[in-house]
Amino acid sequence: MQIDLLPRERSTATLNLLILLGSLLAGLLAISVVFALNGVNPALAIFSIFKGSFGSWYGIKETITKAIPLILIGSGLALAYKAKFWNIGAESQLLVGAIFSTWVGLNWGPHLPAIVLVPLMFLAAFIGGALWGMVPAVLKIRFGINEVISTLMLNYIAAEFVKFLVVGPWKGASKGGYPYTDDLPAAAILNQFPYSRISPVLLILAVTGALILGWLVYRSRFGYEIRVIGENTYAAKYSGINFFRTLVVLMAISGGMAGLAGAGELMSIHHYLSYPDSLSAGYGFTAIIVAWLARLNPAYTIVSGLFFAGIVVGGDAIQISMGMPAATVDIFNGMILVFLIMGDFFISHRVRIRLGRTVDA
Amino acid sequence: MLDIIVSVLTRTIVAGTPLLLATLGEIVAERAGILNLGIEGLMSTGAVTAFIVTFATGNPWLGMLAAILMGTLLSSLHGFVCISLRANQVVSGLALTMLGLGISGLWGKPYIGRPLPERMGRLNIPGLSDLPVVGKILFNHDWYVYLAIVIGIAIWFLVKHTSMGITLRSVGENPKAAESQGIAVIRVKYLAVMTGGGLAGMAGAFLSTAYSGSWNEGITAGRGWIVVALTIFALWRPGGAFLGAYLFGGIFVLQFMLQPLGVSPNLLAMLPYLSTLLVLLIYGLSKSGQRRMSAPATLGEPYVRGGR
Repeated sequence: MQIDLLPRERSTATLNLLILLGSLLAGLLAISVVFALNGVNPALAIFSIFKGSFGSWYGIKETITKAIPLILIGSGLALAYKAKFWNIGAESQLLVGAIFSTWVGLNWGPHLPAIVLVPLMFLAAFIGGALWGMVPAVLKIRFGINEVISTLMLNYIAAEFVKFLVVGPWKGASKGGYPYTDDLPAAAILNQFPYSRISPVLLILAVTGALILGWLVYRSRFGYEIRVIGENTYAAKYSGINFFRTLVVLMAISGGMAGLAGAGELMSIHHYLSYPDSLSAGYGFTAIIVAWLARLNPAYTIVSGLFFAGIVVGGDAIQISMGMPAATVDIFNGMILVFLIMGDFFISHRVRIRLGRTVDA
Repeated sequence: MLDIIVSVLTRTIVAGTPLLLATLGEIVAERAGILNLGIEGLMSTGAVTAFIVTFATGNPWLGMLAAILMGTLLSSLHGFVCISLRANQVVSGLALTMLGLGISGLWGKPYIGRPLPERMGRLNIPGLSDLPVVGKILFNHDWYVYLAIVIGIAIWFLVKHTSMGITLRSVGENPKAAESQGIAVIRVKYLAVMTGGGLAGMAGAFLSTAYSGSWNEGITAGRGWIVVALTIFALWRPGGAFLGAYLFGGIFVLQFMLQPLGVSPNLLAMLPYLSTLLVLLIYGLSKSGQRRMSAPATLGEPYVRGGR
């Protein structure tokens, strides 16, 4: 028997979808093995996760709530990854966005009506995330520093800075010693659909944001430059694309989207700034897989974001019902990502198995 | 004053040990052209594996062995995805970190807050360990500290002075040429990644069974990422790994030394990460520094045998 791996010249949309679904299924199987080895009934665990997220109205509403930050961040990451700029720093771009909008909310909030304050806080969050996102772009182009390292280090730095703020200078006078800032003024709080935590404003922001970025990547001159940079650095250099400008703008948008997610969590869910891990349940990392599952098309993150939000919500549910640790979601994320990139191989290659005696060519 | 200096230097060597082990491993992998961003996950899995095995057997050496095996095994997954399936190494490494953190969280949950019955012992060298200042700083540590140094010297020798080292480097720099010389490029890449994984696992074992003697989620505290940066700082040389690891070990210790002076512990906790950026920035300030920061030629690229 001989196994040949041959490059696949063309791939159809149906085949891509089948491979994608196959990868997800294989990933779930592998996760089952991990669960089984740990003495957890895998069928029950996986069933409980999806029942927790999509099996009830409450679950569905929570899933949409958590899909919002994942779509916002994931679509921005897809944009960056399209240019092969590995932004791993969405977690801290979210935090800096939250810091900026908290400042605006606490300082200007009491004097402004909601119609002015809310857009201002979103704007501040976008600017905060954008500035924090531009740092690794500048570090990479001007100083040759690998963006994976710089974005990760900036994650730790921003997280410590948030802790510093909430136990130190920004600690709320009304919070009785807890590490929280004071509550944002009422004008800063976003309305939610009745009996849910879904904010209509945020939902519209996330969906239109993803669609606009999708348009940007595939239909605009800027998106064309991004794709050329990602596909062929040399071609990009010779075609006169301004690397510095393109990557800095790209990262401003990518970071800004994460910043918006930070403001959204703050203004809809939490109402005050607190410890970094309560503000973001690892959204910045989960969104990496959201972007990948969307095959780096920002518009598709609307679907992949919902799927992973389901896993986050279901993961919370089995923590309570089956006593599983919070890290279970990481196993899901990691395993599915591994199988997704394995699936990419079968999109670009076909496998030919020849049985019987083989003759060396 | 002398007491403080002795204490700082002693703790610097201890804090540098896991960084040294894992950086050496990452250097080996990257020299073969494979970027492994999964170190944080491998370390964490190594830590929990060593803890559980030591907890069950009472033997920290078995714990270390199990952690090395686990690191090797998990990193072979990264190898399979990146080498055989030619997938993107950045994404595969990230997936490995998530997976490693997840698995260690799942396995370690029953062990949180439980003390280890037996920690890795100290190596007592009669005569040397009793020396006044030097003895305390250099000759009064647990086995890991010395193993790391021995492994570091061995890797330095192998990479720099043997044909094995030439093989490793040629696979990372010019795999086509290596293949035509009869080198099994794919096999070398696999071995290099798995060596790196084993050493990352061992670094994790040190954290849980020698350094702290307990398991908790987040035990690695970003060390795995600092290791990736240290590999660049070391310019992919084992000698540089020694310098980088102990320098950053010192920064970890400094963080605790400055705390009583009234500086915010949160600002101090930024030190290792800020220093990482600063160190890379110093290289990046000059064109020659940027050139030196350039990685092995084919780092991160998939290798297609007999391809274009």
